[in-house]
Amino acid sequence: MRFLVFSNVLTVALRVISLFCLAGILGGAAQAFEIEDQRRFGPAAGAAGADVLRVLSTTDTDLLAPLIESFLRSRPTVVVDYVTVSSSELMRAVVEGDAAFDLAVSSALDLQTKLANDGYTRAHSPAGRLRIPDWAVWRDHVFAFSQEPASIVLSPAAFEGLEMPRSRQALMSLLRRYPNRFRGHIGTYDVETSGLGYLFATQDLRTSESFWRMMEIFGSLDLRLYCCSGEMIEAVARGELAIAYNVLGSYARARVDLADRIEIVDPQDYTNMMLRTAVVLKGADRPDLAGAFIDHLLRAAWGNQRDPAYPFPRYATAETSPTAALRPIQMGPGLLVFLDRLKRARFLEEWRSTVLQK
Amino acid sequence: MSRGLPTSGSIRRRLTLQLVGSAAFLASLLFVIVLGFTRDVSQQTHDSILAASATSIMDSVSVRSGEVSVDIPYAALSMLGNVSSDRVFYRIAQDDSVLTGYADLPLPDGAPPRGQPRFDTLHYKGDSIRMVTLARRVSLNGQVSDVVISVAQTREGQAAQLAELTRNALQLGLGFFMIAAFLAIWAAQSSIRPLAELAEAVSRRGPKDLRPVRRPVPSEMIPLVTSLNRFIERLRVSLSRSEDFIAEAAHRVRTPLATVRTQAEITLRRVERDENRASLREMIRAIDESSRAAGQLLDHAMVTFRTDSLLREEVDLGALSRELLNRLRPIAELKDIALHSDLPQTPPLSGDPILIQNAVRNLLDNAIKYAPSESDIQVILRKEGAELRLSIIDEAGGFPSGDTDALTARFARGANAEGTIGSGLGLTIAREVVEAHGGRLTIAPSQATSGPPAASPRREGSCVSLCFPMS
Repeated sequence: MRFLVFSNVLTVALRVISLFCLAGILGGAAQAFEIEDQRRFGPAAGAAGADVLRVLSTTDTDLLAPLIESFLRSRPTVVVDYVTVSSSELMRAVVEGDAAFDLAVSSALDLQTKLANDGYTRAHSPAGRLRIPDWAVWRDHVFAFSQEPASIVLSPAAFEGLEMPRSRQALMSLLRRYPNRFRGHIGTYDVETSGLGYLFATQDLRTSESFWRMMEIFGSLDLRLYCCSGEMIEAVARGELAIAYNVLGSYARARVDLADRIEIVDPQDYTNMMLRTAVVLKGADRPDLAGAFIDHLLRAAWGNQRDPAYPFPRYATAETSPTAALRPIQMGPGLLVFLDRLKRARFLEEWRSTVLQK
Repeated sequence: MSRGLPTSGSIRRRLTLQLVGSAAFLASLLFVIVLGFTRDVSQQTHDSILAASATSIMDSVSVRSGEVSVDIPYAALSMLGNVSSDRVFYRIAQDDSVLTGYADLPLPDGAPPRGQPRFDTLHYKGDSIRMVTLARRVSLNGQVSDVVISVAQTREGQAAQLAELTRNALQLGLGFFMIAAFLAIWAAQSSIRPLAELAEAVSRRGPKDLRPVRRPVPSEMIPLVTSLNRFIERLRVSLSRSEDFIAEAAHRVRTPLATVRTQAEITLRRVERDENRASLREMIRAIDESSRAAGQLLDHAMVTFRTDSLLREEVDLGALSRELLNRLRPIAELKDIALHSDLPQTPPLSGDPILIQNAVRNLLDNAIKYAPSESDIQVILRKEGAELRLSIIDEAGGFPSGDTDALTARFARGANAEGTIGSGLGLTIAREVVEAHGGRLTIAPSQATSGPPAASPRREGSCVSLCFPMS
């Protein structure tokens, strides 16, 4: 198993590299969306006329780099142009169509679904005999290639003398019994700014009747809001947080350096599984390459052989299903509901009044 | 049998084609009806799910602080996702302003329906969509306002379902057609079978079998069989009438001929002049020939009559032959022909003694008549397996060909029969008798194999055998 390395030094180095790339692009046309990072894989220079696969992604370059490299190993002439953006920027880039990309990889399943529903993607039929679960594909447009749990990250130090809660119910009764012990030490996503936080929260609301009750308890104990999983994990490790709710379990498990300072719990009542998905874009110049890359991702995710380049945890097919405790978020038009303007406004209003108790 | 006859097509083929044709027509009709029906059901199912989705959104419409508020239930759209993975669009509008959803979703022509869901098939984002539109009137601060909700779904899943239904209906129609075609062929075969059986039964009859057809036939064939029977009856009557006529004629001729012969012999003794004697002898010879022919015609008529209902008695073939030889010996001696016989005791056979005697007499007659003077005729009786074989071997020069059928035809005579009295009925009679007893007649060139050694060297001749089965 290959673990992720989140090193600030490396990130800085990447930023520097990407600046060079950005300079080249900005020299041409002004980009209407914000690029976080850009890297080219494949033959140096990327000679004119080379086969270029342009990938728009929300996944960190380092995370997918080994898979991209193994993809290119059998395609010596192909260049992969990998651009990292935020999920909302990805949506904007595709809908406004400012730059031509072949493939969009995103952890925002709802936005990917909306892209497919609104006709910004094209169908792809996976090559070979891959046994992809039904729930991991929608319309032959959206393909899931990872399952990552929405976990609760706990600080063992803060729970000294207490039993670690393994379910939401246990967590809530613990918070009711020891409110002062945890006040100000609970963190979760700020759903107003984080797309993933919003998706997790709305899925919680859909799945659990006690969602609002839990939010109310969180709110009464001075809930702290974060933008990203990484920051929450580090806050728990530093001891600032006792409980981080709805943190990407895959990120937390990748932090082997913090393993002794954090406890990762996948709630036993149910755990939402985020699906990282890839779609071939309608305006793709190289739908063939995009399709081949999707097949490569799917093979790594669902193939019988464990691919050492695959950076995400793998689960047995019996372990995760829409009816198991580990519950992949269900693809389909249902995801459009919480993207609705009125619905979102209504949800956020209620969330604010519950959590922020204003 | 039917070769040379002009045909006006085949009943079986016509029947098969007509039945298969109607099966094909019915199968196509079934296909169209089933397809139309399942299409309707499929469309209604899809429409009702769309309507349920729109209704559940409509139920979430409320008025909050003077504003229309909609809380789209999660299930409203996810239920559509459970049916097919089609794209889903929706629009919620209040009067002319779109509250949320896909603002550019095409509006159906005409006024929004009230109370009843309205279904349209439209075009949107490059796809055919099925859309339901619901409208409800709400009251806002005393103002009346219409909330219009449209939910649409692309029709790929429906198209796939229709393709599946079409395939199923096609398979149903094809299956129906195959079974019906198989039954049609079977029906055509079986309805033509009585006709084939009748033809088979009629063609299997022997040449003399002129009994009417008595087997049961389908009522449609009764006129045909009745006509056939009437025809057979006419043929039988006409045949027997002519046989009767011939026998009567022969009988009427033979008796006066005997008188004429006697008179001619008396006259021959009286006349002295050689040329008169010669012409009288010629006259007697002609009379003999006529009388013999008449006798054979009578024999033949008798044989025909008696074989129709064969008598079965025990017949000792050896004794019968010995008696005949004794009777014919004087005639043979006139020509200096020696009659040898080898007639051991054999088991009796069952048959009509008169017919058998007639057959053997005709053969001996023939042999004596055609054999040259001073020759031998041998009559040999042998038991060979389950057969009794009576062979008559002469030295008359043999038959030109061994074709038994040709030689035993009526009035056929061997090439060496010129100048000899005879009608050519002898072998025919013998054959008809032996065949009526279930035996056969064979003709072969004679060989010096059996029988007593002849005094003179054997001359060429023939061996005519009657083989009777013993039982």
